[in-house]
Amino acid sequence: MTIEIKTSTLEPVRLTFANLERRFGNKPASRYQEATYDVQAETNFHYRPLWQPDKELNDRSRTAVVMADWYELKDPRQYYYGAYVQQRARMQEQAENNYAFFEKRDLARHLPDAIKASLIRHLIPLRHVEHTANLNNVYGSAYGYGTAITQALLFDGMDRLGIAQYLSRIGLILDGNTGESLAEAKQLWMNDPLWQGMRALCEKTLVVEDWFETFVAQDLVIDTLVQELVYVQYDQWLAEQGAQDVAMLTEFMRDWYADTSRWADAVLKVVAAESEANRTLVSQWLHRWRGCAAEALAPLANELAAGSASLDAALAALDKRAAKAGI
Amino acid sequence: MAAKKLNLKDKYKLLTRDLDWEFSYEDRKKAFPYEDFEGIKINDWSKWEDPFRLTMDAYWKYQAEKEKKLYAIFDASSQHNGHLNVSDPRYINAIKLFLTGISPLEYQAYQGFAHVGRQFGGVGARVACQMQSIDELRHVQTQVHAMSQYNKYFDGFHDWTHMHDRVWYLSVPKSFFDDARTSGPFEFLVAISFSFEYVLTNLVFVPFMSGAAHNGDMATVTFGFSAQSDEARHMTLGLEVIKFLLEQDEGNVAIVQKWIDKWFWRGCRLLSIVGMMMDYMLPNKVMSWKEAWEVYFEEAGGALFKDLARYGIRMPQYADIVEKEKEHVSHQAWWTFYTYGHAAGFHTWIPTDAELDWLSEKYPDTFDKYYRPRWELAKKLESEGKRIYNNALPQLCNTCQIPMLFTEMSEPGQIAYRVSEYKGDKYHFCSDGCQHIFEEEPEKYVQSWLPAHQIYMGNCGGPDVPDILRDYYHFNLGADNLDMKGSPDEQRWNEWKKQG
Repeated sequence: MTIEIKTSTLEPVRLTFANLERRFGNKPASRYQEATYDVQAETNFHYRPLWQPDKELNDRSRTAVVMADWYELKDPRQYYYGAYVQQRARMQEQAENNYAFFEKRDLARHLPDAIKASLIRHLIPLRHVEHTANLNNVYGSAYGYGTAITQALLFDGMDRLGIAQYLSRIGLILDGNTGESLAEAKQLWMNDPLWQGMRALCEKTLVVEDWFETFVAQDLVIDTLVQELVYVQYDQWLAEQGAQDVAMLTEFMRDWYADTSRWADAVLKVVAAESEANRTLVSQWLHRWRGCAAEALAPLANELAAGSASLDAALAALDKRAAKAGI
Repeated sequence: MAAKKLNLKDKYKLLTRDLDWEFSYEDRKKAFPYEDFEGIKINDWSKWEDPFRLTMDAYWKYQAEKEKKLYAIFDASSQHNGHLNVSDPRYINAIKLFLTGISPLEYQAYQGFAHVGRQFGGVGARVACQMQSIDELRHVQTQVHAMSQYNKYFDGFHDWTHMHDRVWYLSVPKSFFDDARTSGPFEFLVAISFSFEYVLTNLVFVPFMSGAAHNGDMATVTFGFSAQSDEARHMTLGLEVIKFLLEQDEGNVAIVQKWIDKWFWRGCRLLSIVGMMMDYMLPNKVMSWKEAWEVYFEEAGGALFKDLARYGIRMPQYADIVEKEKEHVSHQAWWTFYTYGHAAGFHTWIPTDAELDWLSEKYPDTFDKYYRPRWELAKKLESEGKRIYNNALPQLCNTCQIPMLFTEMSEPGQIAYRVSEYKGDKYHFCSDGCQHIFEEEPEKYVQSWLPAHQIYMGNCGGPDVPDILRDYYHFNLGADNLDMKGSPDEQRWNEWKKQG
């Protein structure tokens, strides 16, 4: 038997906001749609930025990519703020359980010294790469166009700060909260030949002006290669060395990548499909940054997993991802 | 080996503060190019004290809990026709003004903090700004979701972002935030984090949210409570910004003082719509604008500026004028909207007799003398079927963009006019404060997109005012505008109440 709860229904005057009615017809809108479409100011800006007088405050020309409607770049995950934080809260709860278990059972004690040294040398310096990713995504959020893409870039930017903090916590677990491992990893980041190519690459992405190029360099090229080399191949090697417990501490990064690449791929696909000019542009950027990143990561790939890591496999994963997005 | 315990400060420092590095391969100035042009000197970013030490995992967790509770209330409100619980349908007009005037500023705050959250050279300051950025995105989105229910049953909410970009009185809040975002990064922080969030925010937030509480608007008041802990973080950022800038270099003091003066005045002009909302638009009153000003600025702000005196910072310029204006601005603003009620996207009305008495009681020195006679006249005319509508386009102040409606404080019957000449053109202002701001940066303010000018230049369609209101502003004429009396909002409300 179904019971129908009686509520008094009043006839609404309209089902949604007028901008959503223009876009999708007169029907109830989702919370994602209400929170996203046309929220950013479009016209009648009062003053030019003192810091960039050749542009309007919100200006499509901060990238060479051209879109008739930037709201085409919708997020398949439908993240607005509330949906985003609730999804990440679930992920962090899982991560917190993992970290708590790792620390409670003192699993770091079971790691051979060589593995600990490898984590400090090969994994912990990535916190600086994540910090760069934070800045690069916030860059797109600040100078990009249309709430659909700019909010997703901010979510990604904050994710990367979170990942940098998780990586730092791994360091603190290894050094018993002294911070010595973080200092050592920073020294490697600053001085060791292993990391100089990567550091130069990070610095290079931070001076790129076109925000969509930054997005391609960071969220497509660098992220795919780092994910494949470190969180897939290195992870596998650690497991083979009996250090599979470390995977508990990096599970967040793999879950995050599965979630975020789904969004980034959808964005790239729509941009490339918009016009031949966009496709060419994005391909050129992909090509340029693929070359730089392969060179920058070569020393790490050579050393990672005792030389068993394969940069070629990582590059193949990148090419596959790009091809799927139509680039 | 037992791991040593870390206190929150050290842990946050290790997790966050050491992520950045000195560049070797690129010019760091190219990565952070906007730090120098305002003349502010930062000698050592590491002296930045993190105003709140929230790591991302904790942020996700706390904020998700808050969002879950908030949306449960929104859902309940829409299931139970929560819009029927407001005190009086006139109240709804206050939140129309909020959605079209204030929520888009939350969005601009998100954008502005993303900009400075990318640009500052110090990682501590950047991360604090990024967190405020994402909070501000939260605020605009939760506000839209709270108002979504009202949009379904009342007029005037339906095209809020379109209106914000175009409607004459909405250029007041829009130009305020455009001004802040187009400024350099340090001025932005002094403008928004300090002058607005820290000094004046209680005068926006408390009136609107208490107004919602006193008038049965569950969705808005729940949003307000939920945002309070975010606002508390934003205020601590505002204070840290000011202390940091003042402690970094003595040369910063004069620059910061100039910005405080400017943004205090700009903020006060913006707040005149809040004053009007409190005194005239809330059927159940919270307190008068004058009382709010005394509690939240004169007492709280007075103590703050006493504290800042040790850095060489004094009370904002023109604070003495604002103290006099608290007796007048709300009355002058609502009268203007009442007489331009055909061109407003919300309803206006004559206060009830009981409300007129309340105003007389709250403003014993000014209301009966200057303002009550106007309303008595308006009542008489309305009863004769001659409701006042002023059809001339108002002249706007070139800085704050409010119509010339404010009077001389020495002579409250006399409209204040100021004129400056710049490169052969004349520019008009409502006050010494606005004129002074223009004269400090004329190149900026000659760019103002003044709605009345734009209409005259034919940039807003037309030719007649109703065409502009309908086609350019997207007003539903006869529904969104005009008097509350006889409006579709009022008719529907009466129908619902009959059914209930």
